[in-house]
Amino acid sequence: MEIDRADGRNPNQLRPLSCSRGVLNRAHGSASWAQGNTQVLAAVYGPKAGTKKNENPEKASVEVIWKPKTGQIGKQEKEYEMVLKRTLQSICILTIHPNTTTSVIVQVVHDDGALLPCAINASCAALVDAGIPLKHLAVAICCCLADSGLVMLDPTKLEEEKMKAFVYLVLPNSILSVLPEESSSVKGEQMEQGLITSVTHGVMSVDDYLHCLERGRAATSKMSDFLRRNLQPQLSSDSSKAG
Amino acid sequence: MGTPNAVGDWSSEMEVSAFRRLFPLRYYERHLSESIRPDARPLKRARDTIVSLGAVASSDGSALAKIGSTTMLAAIKMEVMTPSVDSPDEGSVAVEFHMPPICSPVVRPGRPAEVAPVTSKQLFDCLLSSGMIDLKELSLIKGKAAWMAYLDIYCLDADGALFDAALLSAVAAFSHLRIPVVSLNDEGRMVMVSKELEGEKLDKEPVDKERRKLSLKSIPFSLTCILHKNYILADPTFEEESIMETFITVVLNSSGQLVSLYKSGGPVLAHTSAIQECVALTRQRMKELEEIIDEAISTMEID
Repeated sequence: MEIDRADGRNPNQLRPLSCSRGVLNRAHGSASWAQGNTQVLAAVYGPKAGTKKNENPEKASVEVIWKPKTGQIGKQEKEYEMVLKRTLQSICILTIHPNTTTSVIVQVVHDDGALLPCAINASCAALVDAGIPLKHLAVAICCCLADSGLVMLDPTKLEEEKMKAFVYLVLPNSILSVLPEESSSVKGEQMEQGLITSVTHGVMSVDDYLHCLERGRAATSKMSDFLRRNLQPQLSSDSSKAG
Repeated sequence: MGTPNAVGDWSSEMEVSAFRRLFPLRYYERHLSESIRPDARPLKRARDTIVSLGAVASSDGSALAKIGSTTMLAAIKMEVMTPSVDSPDEGSVAVEFHMPPICSPVVRPGRPAEVAPVTSKQLFDCLLSSGMIDLKELSLIKGKAAWMAYLDIYCLDADGALFDAALLSAVAAFSHLRIPVVSLNDEGRMVMVSKELEGEKLDKEPVDKERRKLSLKSIPFSLTCILHKNYILADPTFEEESIMETFITVVLNSSGQLVSLYKSGGPVLAHTSAIQECVALTRQRMKELEEIIDEAISTMEID
């Protein structure tokens, strides 16, 4: 069951990752994240005083502004904004800065598949760069399902269009900075196996979905390591600046 | 935050309605620990559901769906258009989900609700990817004319599980849809054949003989569940949605395949066991909804 991928990767192989933080001067935190040719730039401003109407003033709120590469924002981008906002809200500790708004601005530099996962990874790195308190990091991945039931990770735009279904998954990074009230394992399942966000496109069987989830989990542990490694050295140099 | 028992003394001194407003989460948790919800439902039961077809007489297909007090009105208007070059033998569908200020105190006039365009997009994706509608059936003359189905869904009362109700009303509206009869006129353009002329002898042969139905295959049905600690609550109300913030929406089609599994953030992480439980609940709910739709269709045909 081998499928040749145009770029010669095997199904489990991710495209080369690259992440750089602090790329923007005026932003409180920023990061650029690239997976192959897909590249997203995220900037974080805040926490600023006050929340919008209908938001809970006892908690901090997160605002996401999605800027596409060209043109106006449509329904697709609105959906991305909402998924991104809810995902970021779930990893931030919202009770530390009540009645504030943190703005996350996402600029798509180039879209070559797996755009939303790339944006989530970029925003997460930008939040760390801005020093926003987080419960844990989140890692996002796109799994693609071929007609034969084969799962491929991190598809390009062309592969996304060709495949019958694809799944965006966001999973928590393994090491917690704040322990939740309950014990971290539920019925023998580790906390890092819990799913933060799932968005699917196309029809698949339930077993295929669970298979994707399993493969996604395995791959995100690698990405978590990459993200952590990337954040570590800069943290030591930042601490002098922050103090 | 302590355990629910920490405010046990409070709850005995306080009126129930005051306790509910002051400690909504505790109020719910005390119910949940007894495996019951404040509206007397067991945790995994959906609210009563009603579907009635043909609510809008001027449309080509319409339906009103109610899940508890969440009310959705869906109507389809058919128009003839030129198909795109990429798919000359296919019609198309456009979905718009509206949340007017009447539906909820959260929606303010002049400021459209944030979730409306997102729900439109999800509905569109679900309806098309489920394979319910064969777009080729909407074709009239290859490369020249095809039907465009404008589906508009109005939320009249937003009391939680909006997506479920919207999808149900959309499916019901498509099952009620009768495609109008059109014929070619002298200039080679499509014209609607008015109702009075239907069945009579026409000088021009209509493209279709009679108002036809779409054959709907693998119909999508959805169920939204709340995850809270280890509890799973099916079909949440608005109050439940605003107190417990982790939702997971599962859409299955009638051939048992997964059309969408949507969870966006939320404080609770979904483990595989919870996902499987939600899928199982959706399977059950699908049977109920199939019966409700079939019943609505059969009562309409008797009328």
